[in-house]
Amino acid sequence: MSEKMVFLALQDNEDARPIREAIEADNPLAVITQFPGVYKIDAPGRLVINRESVEERIGRAWNPQDIHLSLVTLSGNIDETEDYFALERT
Amino acid sequence: MEQAKKMNMKEKYNAMTGDLAWDFSYKTEAEIFPLSDFEGIKIEDWSKWQDPFRLTMDAYWKYQGEKERKLYAVIDAFGQNNAHLGVTDARYINALKIFLTAVTPLEYGAHRGFAMTGRAFPGVGAQVASQMQSIDELRHAQTQLHTISQYNKYFDGLHDPFHMFDRVWYLSVPKSYFEDALSAGPFEFITAISFSFEYVLTNLLFMPFMSGAAYNGDMATVNFGFSAQSDESRHMTLGLEVIKFMLEQHPDNLPIIQRWIDKYFWRGYRLLGIVGMMMDYMLPKRVMSWKEGWEMYFEQNGKMLFDDLARYGITMPKFWEQSVEEKEHLTHQLWLTFYSYGHAAAFHTWIPDDSELDWLSEKYPNTFDKYYRPRLVYLREQEKLGKRFYNPSLPQLCQTCQIPMVYTDPKNPTKRVYRETIYNGDRFHFCSDACKEIFEHEPEKMSQAWLPPHQIFQGNCGGATIPDVLKHYHFTENDGGEFLHSRDNANWNLWKGLTPDEEAA
Amino acid sequence: MAVKAAYENYSGPNRDAVENFHGNQLVYLGWDEHMMFPCAGVFPLPPQMPFGAIIKEVVPSAFSLHPDFASIDWGKVEWLLDGKSFNPTLDKSLEDNGVNHKSLIRMITPGLNGINNSGF
Repeated sequence: MSEKMVFLALQDNEDARPIREAIEADNPLAVITQFPGVYKIDAPGRLVINRESVEERIGRAWNPQDIHLSLVTLSGNIDETEDYFALERT
Repeated sequence: MEQAKKMNMKEKYNAMTGDLAWDFSYKTEAEIFPLSDFEGIKIEDWSKWQDPFRLTMDAYWKYQGEKERKLYAVIDAFGQNNAHLGVTDARYINALKIFLTAVTPLEYGAHRGFAMTGRAFPGVGAQVASQMQSIDELRHAQTQLHTISQYNKYFDGLHDPFHMFDRVWYLSVPKSYFEDALSAGPFEFITAISFSFEYVLTNLLFMPFMSGAAYNGDMATVNFGFSAQSDESRHMTLGLEVIKFMLEQHPDNLPIIQRWIDKYFWRGYRLLGIVGMMMDYMLPKRVMSWKEGWEMYFEQNGKMLFDDLARYGITMPKFWEQSVEEKEHLTHQLWLTFYSYGHAAAFHTWIPDDSELDWLSEKYPNTFDKYYRPRLVYLREQEKLGKRFYNPSLPQLCQTCQIPMVYTDPKNPTKRVYRETIYNGDRFHFCSDACKEIFEHEPEKMSQAWLPPHQIFQGNCGGATIPDVLKHYHFTENDGGEFLHSRDNANWNLWKGLTPDEEAA
Repeated sequence: MAVKAAYENYSGPNRDAVENFHGNQLVYLGWDEHMMFPCAGVFPLPPQMPFGAIIKEVVPSAFSLHPDFASIDWGKVEWLLDGKSFNPTLDKSLEDNGVNHKSLIRMITPGLNGINNSGF
C-alpha cells in the first residue's frame, strides 16, 4: 500500500447512517469495513463529509461539528469549515 | 436594528476560546507558570497553537450534554431489563473486571493530569484543550463506574476498583505507567498521554474492546465505550497537534520529544498486552486477534502517523520492531501467567475450549500449535485431575514496566529475557532492553518504583501470607481462581437454566 | 543520564534498599526451560543462610509442582548467578557464595527441559 490512507470510524446507529451515506456518495474510493457496533471507513489521501450531502438526506440543517456525536476514531489531518469536515494525508 | 454579521467557524473559535484569556499586570509569566520550562521545551509563540477541531466551550457543553443523555437512557434500560443476562457467557464479565480495575482509574488519572497541564501551560489554546479533556476524562471514569455497577449487583470482582488499583500486584502496571507521566512535567505528560497513548495506541484499546462488547451482547459497555470514544477523536487530534506545535516552535525540542515518544510507546505497548490478552482469551465471541489488531492499528496506521511527522525529524519509536517480533507470543504468555497466578487475581481464568483453541491456531499459525496449545491442554488435563495449577511463589517483576519477567526472546521462545543494571550499588532487573534504557535514563526516579512483591516482603501489604495480602487488597474468596469453580459460573448456569458444570462451586 | 526535575538535586528513596527487608535480602530464583513457572520467583532470605538450604527448602517450595522436579539429579544441576556460571558451596552462606541482595539464581537441569521436552 504505497498510497497514504486516512480513516474514520463511526458508530453503527441511526444518527450516523446519513453521514455514512453522504460519505459513500461523495468519496467513491472509500472502503467500508463493518465491525460489531461500528464501521471503519478507509480512503486514500482524503475523506470528506459535506454538510449539504448530509442535509439532503436528513431534510434539515446539519452542522459538521455534529459528527462529534457519532465519531469513534480517526486518522489523518483535519480540515474543517462550516461546509465540510475532511481528513487528509498527502 | 441591524443584525451583527454571523462569525465564521475560525472567528467564533477565536472569540470563544483565545479571547477568554487575559494579560497579567502585577505578576510575571514565569511566576504564574513555574512549570513551563524546566523540561527544556522551548516555546516562542503560544499564539501559533491551532486546535484543528475549533470546538468552542459552548459547543463543547452542548455535545457533551447530549452524549450523557443518550448514555444514561441506555443504562436505565439496561437495569430495567436485566440486560446482564444478555451477554454471551459469564466468562465475558472477567474482561470488564480488568477494564474497571485497570483502565477506569487511568481515566481518573488523566482527568488529574490534564487539570495539571491546563494550569501549567502558558497558552490559552492549550489551556482550553486541556480543560475540555480533563472534564472528558472525569466523565469517562464516572460513566464507566455507573455502567459497570450494573454488573456489580450480580458478579464478583467488581466491588472495589479504586482500592484495588492502589494496591494489587498486577494493577501496579497501569498505575506506574500513569504515575510516571503524571509526576513528570506538563510537556512530557501531554506527549505521553495525548500522543503516545491516545494517538498511537488507543485505537487498540477501544476499537477491539468496544466492538467485542457489542459482539458479546454487552449493551451497556458498548454505550459507555462509544460515548467515551467520541471524545477520544478529539484527544487523538490534540495529541498530534501538541507534537507538531512543539516541533515547529524550536529545533532543540526534537531530541527531547523523540525520547518521550520512545519511552511512552514502549511503556504503553507493555501496558496494552493485557488488552491483547482480553481480545484473544477473554471474549467468548472474538472480533480480531491481537496480532491482527497490532498489524492494522500499529504496523499500518502507526507507520503513517510517523510518516506525517518525518518532515520534523521524528522517527518511529525505538524498539518498535520488537513489538512486531513479539506479536505471536505476547498474549499466550500473558494469559498463562495470569492463569498461574489466578489465585491472586480479582478475576477468573480458565483454559479455552477446543473451538477457541482452534481459533487461536488459525490466528497464530506459526506459534500456537507449536508452543502454546500443548501447554494449555496439559493444564486442562491437570485441572480435570483435580490439580488446577497455581504458581506458589511471588513473581520477579521488571523494575520499569512492573510486569512479571515472563517475556522471552522471540527467536527462542522458551528462553526468558533477563536484563540488569547496577545503580548506586544495587541491582535492578528488566524484561527488555527498552525497559532497561528507560530506567538508565532516569534512575533517580525509576529506582523508587513501588514493586508489590517487594512491598509484601517489607511488611507493607497487610501481612506475610497470601490470605493476609488478599484481604489487604479487599479481595473476597469469590473474586479469583478458576472460572469453572467460581460462584459466577454457578450463578450463570442457574440463571440461564443451564446444566451446572460438574466442578462448579 | 539524569532525570529533569522542577528543582535541583532531585532524588528519592531507593524503595528496595536491603535495610527495608528486616534482616533478609531478596533473591530471585528461576528454572530455565520450565515455562510452567512463567517467571522467576522472589524470596526474602537471610544472607547467612547456607546455599544448601536453597536446594532443600526454597527450590521445592517454588518448583516441586512440576513433574520434572522428582527426576532432578542434583549433582548435575548447573547454576547461573547474575548471568554467570557458578558453582555454589552448599555449606557456605549466600553471602559467602556471592549471592547478594537482588541476585538472580538460575537453575539449569540438563536432560530435563519441561513436559515432553517442550520448555514448559
